[in-house]
Amino acid sequence: MDTEPVTTERDGSTRAMTPTDRRRRINIGLGRLLIFVYGVFALSASARAMVQIATKFHEAPLAYVLSAVAAVIYIVATVCLARSTVRSRLLGIVCISIELVGVVVVGALSLTDKSAFPDATVWSDFGSGYGYVPLVLPILGLWWLLRGAQPAGTVRTNAVRTDRG
Amino acid sequence: MAYSVAVPEFLRIATAAVGVVLAVWAGYRAWRDKAPDRGLMIGAAVLVLLAIALVATALSTVVGGHHVPSTVTFVAYVVAFLIIPPAGLVLARMEPTKWGSVIIATVGIVEAILVVRLQQVFS
Repeated sequence: MDTEPVTTERDGSTRAMTPTDRRRRINIGLGRLLIFVYGVFALSASARAMVQIATKFHEAPLAYVLSAVAAVIYIVATVCLARSTVRSRLLGIVCISIELVGVVVVGALSLTDKSAFPDATVWSDFGSGYGYVPLVLPILGLWWLLRGAQPAGTVRTNAVRTDRG
Repeated sequence: MAYSVAVPEFLRIATAAVGVVLAVWAGYRAWRDKAPDRGLMIGAAVLVLLAIALVATALSTVVGGHHVPSTVTFVAYVVAFLIIPPAGLVLARMEPTKWGSVIIATVGIVEAILVVRLQQVFS
């Protein structure tokens, strides 16, 4: 079976993980699910942007540039969640905030100003093409990152042992 | 043409069905607050193999001269099929909690959606 997760101090020594350590780490538990879902969106948004820009960029430049922006944001957010350092948490919060603003603004614009968005992006209609996951994801992600936010410069908590199977 | 990507129908149905069954099974385990067990992991591994088989047959028909409406889109789907299930499996193994089960459930749903979307895109 698996061993208890440990926290690695700056000097390299390890100790059992406390509940506070668990809150500080963003790449375990629900965080691991978020890494997976963000990764899937990073992949599909990148693919979509590449197809759109490579084959029909002139048709809807704004929508396709936004597709690319969304793809970059999903990639950065995935990496930030996975790295789980103080700095990556901060960058993740910035990134996911932009994502939330993006999906709300693009969602509203795509409904009111159809001429600007003749073709779909990940965020069109608040992400209805993706089961509204693009709308729920940044809310969940922000809650997850803000929930364990701590002052900078505390212990590094990104080493874990799960010697399983 | 009804089936532009000539993947045998049984393979598509099997992949989507295994994805849905896996999602329900893993979802139930997560709801019971249980980590993925060996059976669930084997189920996820079967899904990985089915995705590889699906991509292999699709690629072989394309190489054999079968027409694909959009090569870029086709390649994107191939990459998604090859990366998403193994990545989910690895992450779920790293997470021996109920969240590992939720990850496997998500893999199953995503895979089923991919199969359906692939067919919509190419028909």
